[in-house]
Amino acid sequence: MKNSSEWFKNGSIQALLVLNALIMLYPLVVMVLSSFKKNAEIFTAPFALPESFGFDNLQKVWDQTNFVRYMLNSLGVTAASIVLILVFGTMAAYAIARYEFRWSGAVLMFFISGMTIPLKLAIIPLFIQLDTLHLVDTYAGLVLVYVAMGLPSAVFIMTGFLRTLPRELEESARIDGANELLIMLKIMLPLARPAMVIVAIQNAVPIWNDFFFPLILITSDDLKTLPQGLTVFIGEFTTDWGVMFTGLTLAALPITLLYIVLSKQFIAGITQGAVK
Amino acid sequence: MNDDRRRALISQPQRRSLWILFLLLPAIVVMTLFVVWPLLSALRFAFYEFNGLSPSQFVGLENFRKVLFEEPFSDWTYNAFCHNVIVFFALMVFENGTAFLIAFALLKGLPGHRIHQVIIFLPVVLSSVIVGFLWKLFLHPMFGLVNGALALIDIQGPAWLGSESTALGSIIFANIWHWLGFPTLVLLAGMQRISAEVIEAARLDGAGDYVLLRRIIWPLIAPSVTIVCILTFIGSFNWFEIPYVMAGLTGSPGGSTDVLGLYFYRTAFGSVSSGIQDFGQGSALAVLMFLFVAGFSFVGLRFLRRREIQL
Repeated sequence: MKNSSEWFKNGSIQALLVLNALIMLYPLVVMVLSSFKKNAEIFTAPFALPESFGFDNLQKVWDQTNFVRYMLNSLGVTAASIVLILVFGTMAAYAIARYEFRWSGAVLMFFISGMTIPLKLAIIPLFIQLDTLHLVDTYAGLVLVYVAMGLPSAVFIMTGFLRTLPRELEESARIDGANELLIMLKIMLPLARPAMVIVAIQNAVPIWNDFFFPLILITSDDLKTLPQGLTVFIGEFTTDWGVMFTGLTLAALPITLLYIVLSKQFIAGITQGAVK
Repeated sequence: MNDDRRRALISQPQRRSLWILFLLLPAIVVMTLFVVWPLLSALRFAFYEFNGLSPSQFVGLENFRKVLFEEPFSDWTYNAFCHNVIVFFALMVFENGTAFLIAFALLKGLPGHRIHQVIIFLPVVLSSVIVGFLWKLFLHPMFGLVNGALALIDIQGPAWLGSESTALGSIIFANIWHWLGFPTLVLLAGMQRISAEVIEAARLDGAGDYVLLRRIIWPLIAPSVTIVCILTFIGSFNWFEIPYVMAGLTGSPGGSTDVLGLYFYRTAFGSVSSGIQDFGQGSALAVLMFLFVAGFSFVGLRFLRRREIQL
């Protein structure tokens, strides 16, 4: 008796979970399928499979829009930001974690307090600041803003990790006569790779997806990033639904593929990023 | 010889300080230029009248007075603020409530629970712009997927984004679909930290699911609940991308989806429909939003932390 009611309960929970999985996935499936359809097909048979898996829409996107450009821009901006966040963040964290100096506590506090600040609300002075430096409507301006946004948590995570590495490693290298730079690059940092992956993912996802800062800082069409370009693109093709779905599918594709391969690191990076 | 030794003695600690400085400098310079300085300026600018891009005259609290008490600005501020409050409560109940139930269902470890975690988190990694446009197309009154599905069971769906009574709710729904995986997995992680023995012991004492949830899990995941609540609060009052994409800069139709983020953007950078653009009032709004969010987050955090201990 107990067993059958337990079975019934688990069965209904399982059914609800399957339903939820469908709600999460089905819209994305429709998005991909619709990207192969023409308007008439989308309007008359929205739930059906496409009549053929042709590449007409893709051809239009390739020929008539700046889409590839937007995607390369996003890739470049994200990669440059991540590299700078990792380099600057690790350098600062290394100084705080591995050396004793008078202001180390204060410096760490300086970075940690940066984590609590929503930089979006300082967009007006940020815009004026970038304007005086002639960095509005440049990749450099956008990248520097992302680096400033990513550094606090990068320093925080890297400091925490670098502190856990044993002192004996560097001491013995020092006795062997290695200089500080060599110790850092050859001995300590290779050990910090797992923390660097977390920092990279945690920053890459919001930077790749960001819409707010490009909206304000980038005006030339050739410099626009993918989310921003998508709004231009959809503005131009408002009546061609197949092309719109193709654009959305293409925009979602790179990060979705990466997520499928690295889902564990993505989930850990993004949830930890918030929980810190 | 003597000279050499003296130089070596002095330069050793000096070289070390230089090395430390070299390591710290790039990060500190970037932070100072692009976080500290803008932030301090943001406070200052709120008290100035602007002439284009440069502050021209100190006007005291004038900008704050306009934004809060002078028509029509005060109406817009109040209207947007109310919508943010609605968004916050709707997300707390529908997004976080659903997330809590799904997390508990996933905790049971039924077949497929791992793949479910991957699926539910997939929309989280997509850009809000993609999610916003996708749902805008699906919610289209004539050709959208949602009304298409309703038509199959002979229901004439409304113009979801076109009518004042359904627009905000529709956008909130898209937001929930976008972010649901986040609170779910944060709460699930909290539940998984509870030791299996505690749950086993409660089960042996005859506790059913409800009692287990109410008496054991709910109090023990209090820290995760705190994080989810605070982040929902901050997110609700900084809401921008999804309403921008789905309802446009003016919160159409008729301002029924206007929120502080959109209103701030319009005030600071202007919009197609209203050419006026005012950095002074925009800064005042930003300062007010910051004080409100920071203040309530602080009070809320203290309240929730105390609650964690009591439970």
